[in-house]
Amino acid sequence: MTMQTQALRRTGVEAGSRRALLIGGGLLLALAAPFLLYPVFLMKVLCFALFACAFNLLIGFAGLLSFGHAAFFGGAAYVTAHVVKEWGWAPEFGLLAATVVAAGLGLVFGLIAIRRQGIYFAMITLALSQMVFFLALQLPFTHGEDGIQGVPRGTLFGLFDLGQPLTMYYTVLAIFVAGFALIWRTVHSPFGQVLKAIRENEPRAVSLGYRTDRYKLVAFVLSASLAGLAGGTKALVFQLASLTDVTWQMSGEVVLMTLLGGMGTLFGPVVGAGLVVTLESYLASTSLPVPVVIGCIFVVCVLVFRRGIVGELLARLPGKGNR
Amino acid sequence: MFQLLGIPPQALFGQLLLGLINGSFYALLSLGLAVIFGMLNVVNMAHGALYMVGAFVAWLLLTYLGVGYWGALVLAPLAVGAVGLVLERTMLRRLYKVDHLYGLLLTFGLALIFEGAFRHQYGVSGQPYPIPDLLKGGTNLGFMYLPTYRGWVVATSLLVCFGTWFAIERTKLGAYLRAATENPTLVQAFGINVPVMVSLTYGFGVALAGLAGVLAAPIYQVSPLMGSNLIIVVFAVVVIGGMGSILGAIVTGLGLGLLEGLTKVFYPEASNIVVFVIMAVVLMVKPAGLFGRER
Repeated sequence: MTMQTQALRRTGVEAGSRRALLIGGGLLLALAAPFLLYPVFLMKVLCFALFACAFNLLIGFAGLLSFGHAAFFGGAAYVTAHVVKEWGWAPEFGLLAATVVAAGLGLVFGLIAIRRQGIYFAMITLALSQMVFFLALQLPFTHGEDGIQGVPRGTLFGLFDLGQPLTMYYTVLAIFVAGFALIWRTVHSPFGQVLKAIRENEPRAVSLGYRTDRYKLVAFVLSASLAGLAGGTKALVFQLASLTDVTWQMSGEVVLMTLLGGMGTLFGPVVGAGLVVTLESYLASTSLPVPVVIGCIFVVCVLVFRRGIVGELLARLPGKGNR
Repeated sequence: MFQLLGIPPQALFGQLLLGLINGSFYALLSLGLAVIFGMLNVVNMAHGALYMVGAFVAWLLLTYLGVGYWGALVLAPLAVGAVGLVLERTMLRRLYKVDHLYGLLLTFGLALIFEGAFRHQYGVSGQPYPIPDLLKGGTNLGFMYLPTYRGWVVATSLLVCFGTWFAIERTKLGAYLRAATENPTLVQAFGINVPVMVSLTYGFGVALAGLAGVLAAPIYQVSPLMGSNLIIVVFAVVVIGGMGSILGAIVTGLGLGLLEGLTKVFYPEASNIVVFVIMAVVLMVKPAGLFGRER
């Protein structure tokens, strides 16, 4: 859906109806996509898109750069995989467990990390997520290097057999849309406005009487929960929870997706996730080293392209953006 | 054989020595980070990668040019410092006017490039690097056996750390540096070339990482991934110590290395995470870090 959204954006229809058209068109494309492209690839894009949107809620709207979001994503994947495989829970409860655990983890991380700002915040979240990585490496239930393999997809609500690729795809799409709608709602709520005020000028927000730490903590927990939902969903899709998803490189990857697509834009992370996942699956078939290419994109983005793709497009469009 | 808290002293002192060596590397690396951060306000995510590059330069010098350890000890930090100068001049410089987070992101990208390139070229398995002849063997201290090379590493890094501390806190050049950290515009107005100073600071900071890499080469194997996991621990060390203080970075680095060694003796399962736990506790009690000040 990503490329098409971008193409639609360019047509420059009137602002209000443009947005409705965009969303409607995007949804239609997303509904039709599994008939055109490989469903597992699309589900991967959707999982990472939700992950990147959750991350963007923090960096784009509250100005907090978390460098440890892999802990929520990968940690939650382990939770879903474990409760579904070992305890025989239904997939909906598996995802719920993932979200709840990620929220709890987010609360702990948030309470520690929001004591510092800016660069320190990034380093603290990075260090804490590395702790989660070592726990995942050492705790018995994660099976170390092997990860939890052969996770059954199960039957959603006892009705939908997720073993069917199309059913799984539409479930993932529904989860993504719900998560995205929640983020949309949050950003456009009074709460979201306060977050933006904190991003722009925290001391002023404090002097206006807002308890900025609480706002930041709530945003952090929300972001962590949604990242966890994305991770749990990915564990169901790939029937696997592994160490890859808790590494700090994964935290870096979600930063790249958001940066490439456009920080602080609603659709940017979706575009970025689509591009990065596409690029990685393309690079996997070539002899080019993936990290080097990813690193180069990072450097180029930071040096000349800080607004990201959607950010640049919005800046060039006349009229109001979708911020 | 007497025992100390149920642990044979050989094991205890052995782990403490290992901890002291790790601590020396933490100190050297966090010192470089602190110097760079103080001047440039950049968290150098590429620090671990440049430490790895330092070790690789030493290995390449030995393998292809036959230049031994002593040559590498001088040449590798110079090479890494030169790389740092180029990076600062061509890239980092453009980011001083935007949010500091972009400096972090840029250096993260650079770290990926360095590590990816070396990994692509040399694979993930480590390359052995021999201990120089002069430093082979060891001494029996009575309560433990001290391999000469390990003693040398601890002594050298202590010397370099305190030398750096002295240069920054007690010399005229250091005074310029500290002044430029506080108020670059004013120092520039006094006729000191601040941009050159900034470049040299970055070059010096990463040269320290390169030096740490050469020192580490004979102990750990030279591998493309040697820096990536180390650097996160060093970040935690820096958060614990607080970025404001040079001496703080050194003391915290050594102290945490020792503490990690102790944890390996008494509760090995926790040795990987003990630094992070301490970081969380310190942040709860003293958010600015042990030696830091709020900025």
